[in-house]
Amino acid sequence: MLKLNYMVQYMNASFDASFAAISDATRRGVLEQLGRADASISALAEKFRMTLTGMKKHVAVLEQAGLVATEKIGRVRTCRLGLRRLEEEAAWIERYREIWDARFDELDRVVEELKRQEKTDGRKNRK
Amino acid sequence: MDARTESDSTPTSSRTSVERKSEREIIVRRTFGGPARLVFEAWTKPELLKRWWVPKSMGMSFLACEADVRAGGKYRFEFLHPSAPTPVAFFGKYLEVVPHSRLVWTNEESNDGAVTTVTFEEKNGKTLLVVHEVYPSKEALDANGGMENGMPETFSQLDELLVDLRSRV
Repeated sequence: MLKLNYMVQYMNASFDASFAAISDATRRGVLEQLGRADASISALAEKFRMTLTGMKKHVAVLEQAGLVATEKIGRVRTCRLGLRRLEEEAAWIERYREIWDARFDELDRVVEELKRQEKTDGRKNRK
Repeated sequence: MDARTESDSTPTSSRTSVERKSEREIIVRRTFGGPARLVFEAWTKPELLKRWWVPKSMGMSFLACEADVRAGGKYRFEFLHPSAPTPVAFFGKYLEVVPHSRLVWTNEESNDGAVTTVTFEEKNGKTLLVVHEVYPSKEALDANGGMENGMPETFSQLDELLVDLRSRV
């Protein structure tokens, strides 16, 4: 009856980016790898046996979704796990809350209306 | 700050509070400016329920809203969303109905749906509403059961990965 995530799906298109990001086996592998240690893009490319350009694309998708953060030091771009994932639970709850909040704002209106109605009815005749 | 008077009150900007009580439970609270019988009415009359259950901002519309609100009675909600190919149905049955104070229902559109309890507590003409959902498992709550369009797998995939990653950090 509640099924808030279903609605979240439509409310937060940006959130879909996270799911798209982890729908790919290589990208999941990269996340796992970064869970062990930070790594440069070229090290990741080597590890996953792909071109630098290919790995750059994967990292860009992960970065877009907030799952990975990168930093360029000298000529090397280092990747690490993004903060957002660690805050995922808090964010999850906040989305949940926003939906209930929106829903309850509407319920507020209905309750106000029922109150007014009851007053009017009460003046005319009590049921 | 005097904006926060009660010890556990939420900031004024967020009148709705959500608490993940345990791995399988989530609690939502909000106080309404009317007596419990009116708030209860808004939860139990389908024609009222359909006016607030889906906030306008979601862009979804009710196709059907049926609710036989009594113990053992069934409900069925059907929604349509412009970007969803087919209507989505949510259904289950009421386990407990105590006028103006308590509602309990099941969510049966998926195997791991929650049991939802809503209580209405009136105080000085206001009503504290508490929604308490208990899921069969942590995974079910995380996935929230109802993302029929292939999302549950993605969600649990993500969860597994997270657990994995966290255990290593």
